[in-house]
Amino acid sequence: MPTTITPTSTEPKPRRHLEDHDHGSGRRPPTDKRTGGGGDNDNWNDRPNGRRGPRERLVRYRMGIFFALASDLMFFVAIVSTFFVSQNTGHFDAYNNYVNEWSPTLIPPILWLNTVVLILSSITMETARRRMFHEVDVMDEWLGLGKPITRAAIPWVAATVVLGIVFLIGQWIAWTQLAVQHVFFLSNPSSHFFYLITGVHGIHLILGIFGLVAALIGLYASHSLETRQIMVDCASWYWHSMGLFWLFLFTLLVFFQ
Amino acid sequence: MAHRKTKGGATVSFRRYLFSTNHRVIGVQYLVLALVSVTIGTLLSLLMRIHLVWPDYIVPFHGPILPEDYLALVTIHGTIMLFFVLTTAPQSGFGNLILPSQIGARRMAFPVANAISFWLTATALLILLSSTFVPGGSAISGWTAYPPFSAIASAGPGQGFGMDMWLASIAVFAIAGTIGAINTLVTIIKLRCEGMTWDRIPLTVWGWFTAALLSVIAFSVLLAALLLLFCDRHAGTSFFVPTGDLVNGVIHAAGHPGNGSPLLWLHLFWFFGHPEVYIAILPGMGLTSMLLANFSRRRVFAYRMMIFTTLLIGFLGILLWGHHMFVAGLNPYAASAFAVSTMAIAIPASAKVLSWLVTVWRSRPRYTTAMLFSLGFVSLFITGGLTGPVLAQPILDEYLHNTFFVVAHFHLIMAMAGIFGLFAATYYWFPLMSGRFMSERLGRLHFWTTIVGAYATFLPMHLTGLMGEPRHYAQLIGVPNAAGHLLAGTLPLNRFITWSAIFLATAQLLFFANLIHSLYRGKIAPPNPWQATTLEWHPALHPNAPFETSDGRIVVYRQPCEYLATAGEELILPQWRSDGIPNIKPE
Repeated sequence: MPTTITPTSTEPKPRRHLEDHDHGSGRRPPTDKRTGGGGDNDNWNDRPNGRRGPRERLVRYRMGIFFALASDLMFFVAIVSTFFVSQNTGHFDAYNNYVNEWSPTLIPPILWLNTVVLILSSITMETARRRMFHEVDVMDEWLGLGKPITRAAIPWVAATVVLGIVFLIGQWIAWTQLAVQHVFFLSNPSSHFFYLITGVHGIHLILGIFGLVAALIGLYASHSLETRQIMVDCASWYWHSMGLFWLFLFTLLVFFQ
Repeated sequence: MAHRKTKGGATVSFRRYLFSTNHRVIGVQYLVLALVSVTIGTLLSLLMRIHLVWPDYIVPFHGPILPEDYLALVTIHGTIMLFFVLTTAPQSGFGNLILPSQIGARRMAFPVANAISFWLTATALLILLSSTFVPGGSAISGWTAYPPFSAIASAGPGQGFGMDMWLASIAVFAIAGTIGAINTLVTIIKLRCEGMTWDRIPLTVWGWFTAALLSVIAFSVLLAALLLLFCDRHAGTSFFVPTGDLVNGVIHAAGHPGNGSPLLWLHLFWFFGHPEVYIAILPGMGLTSMLLANFSRRRVFAYRMMIFTTLLIGFLGILLWGHHMFVAGLNPYAASAFAVSTMAIAIPASAKVLSWLVTVWRSRPRYTTAMLFSLGFVSLFITGGLTGPVLAQPILDEYLHNTFFVVAHFHLIMAMAGIFGLFAATYYWFPLMSGRFMSERLGRLHFWTTIVGAYATFLPMHLTGLMGEPRHYAQLIGVPNAAGHLLAGTLPLNRFITWSAIFLATAQLLFFANLIHSLYRGKIAPPNPWQATTLEWHPALHPNAPFETSDGRIVVYRQPCEYLATAGEELILPQWRSDGIPNIKPE
């Protein structure tokens, strides 16, 4: 073709740059100590876009996950709005009586236990997340003195995975308990929502567990400290949000039916 | 494997090119997808127009157009145009192609997610198109998929598996759109180059930014609505199916217990659907501002106000979904609230028009094709926009809503103005894509035929609408009684509209000819051929740039669209340093 419909390069160049003090054996210290200059190649503003600070990539990914969660929040808001509309909708029967078929679904008590498990999992995840940014350990890892962060964080992430699975099993038990009482997805407008809300939230948690497992693998396998931090950080913000969403949905199911 | 030699002598494999994570490649991919879609969508609309005035026409390889075929045409035309052209091309296509360069970034924030987003969009299109070939054919409930029609599989042909595929397609598209929007937002917020402060961001980028915000907020609501509709169709719930609903002579009581409300779908759908039209038009508005300023060599009048109005239009755009529901049985108080919020949007919109007019007023613009299309955008925006406040009033909407008056309104403002924005973008940025100009002579011919065709097609629709021609009617002839007499009365005008539509579509062949010709034979463009001030024309970003572009430093010094006119000599002040030295750091 006589012309370029694209740029000169279609693939990004390898990311290592000498002026970024990356000699293949590690980059600048991963703590933000902006000096604003002071010598050759020491001006932070000289950095190419998107790489002007050690946490640049982390912050970018974090912002991405926040926007994704905002979008997800709207998803749940839509379902909850539907919940309230359905709750207050009725119809007139053949005898001109106003009929509202909504009868609240009794919440299985195990969900309280589940909620506690989920809060616990959020705590373990936050512990893992904070371990990833423990400054002394970050320096140790950066200097190549072992992997203290990874050692410390892996058990906490693993604990979160276990607690997440426990929560999902609890949800399953709650569903079977309802089924024993002959409350199914189709039984009542309110049970539609019970199953829908817990189901959709459960799917989100399954995705979250995939994320956590990915973070575990990343913690084990990734050579870049920043990548490990990003994986744990993003997985944990996602996990916290799912916890918050659950508290919101659980409150709705318990008190607003 | 196919290999292609690039200018530098490097070999790029076809596969790497196809699955590239480079934002410009992805932008072009999106644009090609939109071009395919718009071609299909246009052909479908022509079939509709032809059927309206010549109902006996036998379509080759198909046969006569039955009423259900007509509805399927309406549905697929609307869906393709809305999602795969008007959302995809300006926001994802040109957004990917131009946005990073315009803020001085080298790439999008998440390149892999970007590629995933494109391939999801392509998958969505494929699902939608293949729904034509399933038993029953494509869905027939319109791009708005109103239940209970869409919620009950036996409601008509295409409402079975065809409808499921429609739902799947739009769900995939919604996910792709959200991923793309997140990418856009993070890119704009985090990857701006040095000196690119918020009030120096080009208005195009503000358009993309606001549209991306709307996407993040609205698409997931659509996804939730699709999930609920899917439950209604297959799990036996009744979120949207009313009690004792009678469809095709069958009462759907057994399958759907409960008190579903079709209105609920309308709320959820239009909460997405209305922002969607701003997702389509906002990038075009931003581009128009920049182009008018550039070719008039003027500053954008009230630059900060333009930023503010863009955001305000986005904000109000979320609040006024209810005006689509005036005739659906809304609480009168709610209708008042929606009427007020809808009419309120005329304020920022008029402010924008004012800025465009003042920017061009008594300047000596260079009437390039891109400039002409921008002026066309303004013209169509005014013509189409004027009927907005008319339809925003519940009492007028009561009469006009399901007539061709509404069709005229949204085709002028959204379809035509939106497409004019896209044409302006194509003519303007073509040198950036290919290093060549598009033919100005062909371009001008294309512009004049298109604008004449656009007005000739869509202005008379106001009249047929006022005469009472309803939307979604497959046939105007053969309806008994007074209504039939009334419909038959619109036939002459409808014939004119159909001829205009054929003319308008044929005129687009000029565009294709221009595109292909210019790609191979177009005049070679220098860096910054339009003497633009925005950063995408930075010499280092030109496709034939001799500079090393991977790690250069770009610094922004001023707002876009700043010019100095001194004693007959005009001086352009680009956002980057304009002393002729490229701001590239030597290796």
